[in-house]
Amino acid sequence: MRIVEHPILDFQRGEKVTFYFDGQPVEGYTEETIAAALHAAGIRVLGHSPELHRPRGLFCAIGNCSSCLMVVNGEPNVRVCVEKVQPGMKVETQKGKGCLR
Amino acid sequence: MKQTEILVVGGGPAGLCAASAAAELGADVLILERDSKPGGQLVKQTHKFFGSKKQYAGDRGIQIGDFLLEQVESNPKVEVWPDATCLGIYEDGVVTAEKDDKHIKIKPERIIIATGAAEKALMFPNNDLPGIYGAGAVQTLMNVAGVVPGKRVLMVGAGNIGLIVSYQLLQAGVEVAAVIEAAPHIGGYLVHASKIRRAGVPILTSHTVKEAYGNDTLEGAIICRLDEKWQPIPGTEQDIKADVMCLAVGLSPLTELCWQAGCKMKYIAELSGHVPVRNEYLETTRPGLYVAGDVSGVEEASSAMVEGRLAGISAALSLGYGKDKAPQLQAEALAELKELRSGPTGEKIMNGIMKLLGKEGAAC
Amino acid sequence: MLIKTGIPTPEDLEKVYPSEERMLKGPVAIIECFQKIPCNPCTEACKQGAILPMKDINDIPEMDFEKCNGCGVCISRCPGLAIFIVDRSYSEKEAIVRIPYEFVPLPEVGQKVVGLNRAGEELGTFEVKKVQSGGKKNMTYTVWLAVPQELCMEVRNIRLGGVTHGE
Repeated sequence: MRIVEHPILDFQRGEKVTFYFDGQPVEGYTEETIAAALHAAGIRVLGHSPELHRPRGLFCAIGNCSSCLMVVNGEPNVRVCVEKVQPGMKVETQKGKGCLR
Repeated sequence: MKQTEILVVGGGPAGLCAASAAAELGADVLILERDSKPGGQLVKQTHKFFGSKKQYAGDRGIQIGDFLLEQVESNPKVEVWPDATCLGIYEDGVVTAEKDDKHIKIKPERIIIATGAAEKALMFPNNDLPGIYGAGAVQTLMNVAGVVPGKRVLMVGAGNIGLIVSYQLLQAGVEVAAVIEAAPHIGGYLVHASKIRRAGVPILTSHTVKEAYGNDTLEGAIICRLDEKWQPIPGTEQDIKADVMCLAVGLSPLTELCWQAGCKMKYIAELSGHVPVRNEYLETTRPGLYVAGDVSGVEEASSAMVEGRLAGISAALSLGYGKDKAPQLQAEALAELKELRSGPTGEKIMNGIMKLLGKEGAAC
Repeated sequence: MLIKTGIPTPEDLEKVYPSEERMLKGPVAIIECFQKIPCNPCTEACKQGAILPMKDINDIPEMDFEKCNGCGVCISRCPGLAIFIVDRSYSEKEAIVRIPYEFVPLPEVGQKVVGLNRAGEELGTFEVKKVQSGGKKNMTYTVWLAVPQELCMEVRNIRLGGVTHGE
């Protein structure tokens, strides 16, 4: 959910665009990170751990921790907490360590 | 190869203040900032800052961030590179960075590392469930992106970050189930605690998370009380339904570059971990390499700004700039730091710095 | 205990209250700040000289209640939102409590809102008499609430329906 009214802040979200999460269309804004747009759509599982296949989500949101790695336009290990949304982008849940195609 | 007199790594409160101070004395400065908007964590601080006028007290963090950025951008001596990540510092003084998918080499005469800190995690079963975040992450999500993290939050940690983020969650219309704190006392400023308490949020000291649960994402947590030896008291378990848990259990200095540059490091618990050994003017054991802000010991942003200024002045002076003014400016910055750290809340930091400087037991 | 719960005790509060006599005279600031922290904007906000200058930035604010005219400038200048104005001269039965407020939506004048004490417990519904902006940059509002005289030292927050907490 996006905040509509805030006592202190005014959000500049940029242009509304569509991108794809595991093939499904999701709405996002060009000034938002992929992680933020997915959260706004209620998507919190971003990947699965390499060994035990446990669900992985956002942890630090500023590019420190690598918990949010996803496959973006075929490229694995993208920190979606700091990568901005672009129209038509293909974002996929990452399973394990990911491999370069 | 890009040449500059002073390279500042990190465009947060410390880095921006370091750049301004050095440029004002006449030095050429380049700032590397990995984010697209400099300001560091100030970009999400919607609350008013403490301190005095000299540290912009009464202004909100976001306003201070904008002001510091304007200050560097209006100074022709400062160049700001956003979306640029520093990768390494080499023996010959070359610094490498990634910008726009390109590998760039920089040759600075002085380096100021102001990389800040990272949020710590906490050990308990299922602590990796999506829905468990660093408190700062939730602050970024809510105050930068304008996205709420969920419906009901359990805040773990009653230091300043835990208390402030709880208040900001309420401002964003999100329910805060409780703030729990393992220590027997609230660690943050009590005025922050009172603000959320009078909004109806319980603060439970001597409490910790026993375990989290949920199917794929967080659904709740079992919390329990701790005895005076910090051991769980059986039978005191409570089930808190929450789809979000925020961990506000401290920060660790982001010191990778300091280690890599060969700075002598020392573990100082009061400063939140391993920090570079440095002198009073913030120069590390690698000559010409300075540190400022949380990377040299986790503290409030007010102190980070003053440390940045001190490092900037000192680096510029070492290059021969501001010989007449700089010593006075250094003395003023040192006096401000002393003042900010002089009260009971600054005691821990003072002890840590004394240990770091090898002056344990000396009068502050 | 304040340091365990975030709720100031009667003993804490006693130290910062003006005399009964001063309270009855008219609006006066009450600074509910009990901890030594490096912070001094309140001393600079007060143009009456009622909030005394600090020797050390970590000092707890000290008031000269005789100099305070209840102007309320300090309310929105305190970064801790710890200052309130109480006016017991408002009417025989009611007092005005002025409260710093940073939430949406803003209450409207004449609206009945829930008054909360320092623990966030509901004390009743009270009428909003005035809503003052702290300015475009400051962004903290001051809400004037008419409460029964006997509750003027208890009501310290408001709630406009919406989210409730606790259990």
